[in-house]
Amino acid sequence: MAFKPSDTVAPYEAEPPARPAPMPVKIVVAGGFAVGKTTFVGSISEIAPLTTEAALTKVSEGVDDTSKVSTKTSTTVAMDFGRLSLGDDLILYLFGTPGQDRFWFMWDDLVRGAIGAVVLIDTRRLEDCFPAVDYFEEKRIPFVVAMNCFDGEVTHSPTDVREALAVSPDTPVVMCDARDRASTKLALLELVQHALVRANG
Amino acid sequence: MRFRDEPLRAPRVRGAEGPVTSDDAADAARFRIRPYAITGGRTRARTDVPIEAIVYRTPAGEGSLGRLTLERAQIVGLVSPPQSVAELSAHLKLPLGVIRVVVGDLVEEGLLGMNSQSATGRPDLRLLERVLDGLQAL
Repeated sequence: MAFKPSDTVAPYEAEPPARPAPMPVKIVVAGGFAVGKTTFVGSISEIAPLTTEAALTKVSEGVDDTSKVSTKTSTTVAMDFGRLSLGDDLILYLFGTPGQDRFWFMWDDLVRGAIGAVVLIDTRRLEDCFPAVDYFEEKRIPFVVAMNCFDGEVTHSPTDVREALAVSPDTPVVMCDARDRASTKLALLELVQHALVRANG
Repeated sequence: MRFRDEPLRAPRVRGAEGPVTSDDAADAARFRIRPYAITGGRTRARTDVPIEAIVYRTPAGEGSLGRLTLERAQIVGLVSPPQSVAELSAHLKLPLGVIRVVVGDLVEEGLLGMNSQSATGRPDLRLLERVLDGLQAL
């Protein structure tokens, strides 16, 4: 049967004692277009990365009755994310930033309360990450720079990259293979350790 | 390699992201109902609902399961086991803003509870240490 009568819902059905819901924490994964953000998230996420859409809307609020139905959806921004359970009571969410730079204004919302950010870079297109680095520095959000060496080609050393990005000396610059779970885990560990140092300081 | 302090392009001004494209046909195909019709035209929740907030059913929420309709029923039905706002948006294929408004209402009505530490700023030392331990144990 495709339906069940609502009166079969037993209001006093015995429920197992509910465990308290887990606490969420989040890390933002930023970087230029097609640098491997979703690959990075997917390599460690316990679910296949999901996509959530934020509709950017222009709303005429309460002008007339039709405003309620004719609300205009102008465009949508897609964000990929994954999740990782850390024990029973903690879930780490990894959010990829929207691919298009022009959606900056969404970042404030995304980074609020975040542990910090992993800025994924492709050394052949280093400049693609400049806006993200600028943003996290300006907002004083802990971040690490992860050089995605997915093709096994290391064209620049972390020292070169550090110099080119002119990041502060305490900002970790690490190499990583976004496809590899262990490598992704190391980059995340770097970030959390860095955030701890910053929180202590 | 280009250096970051070299001028690359015009400075970015937030809020001036260029023309926003309109794609009514695609939207109409995706949503049978205009998303904000669901929220009565509201685009902001009265309650602060972070994207990663984990939502769970309260005892009152359990009792309400047979009475709710549409998106409210879907959301209250989906959060056992508890889910984040982002997951609800992905699974129900509804924009984040819509989920936030409806979840905010359901929290205010006491049908859902919500875990989040965003509202209190950055994670504190204790929480960071738990994350570190959790990652290391993977």
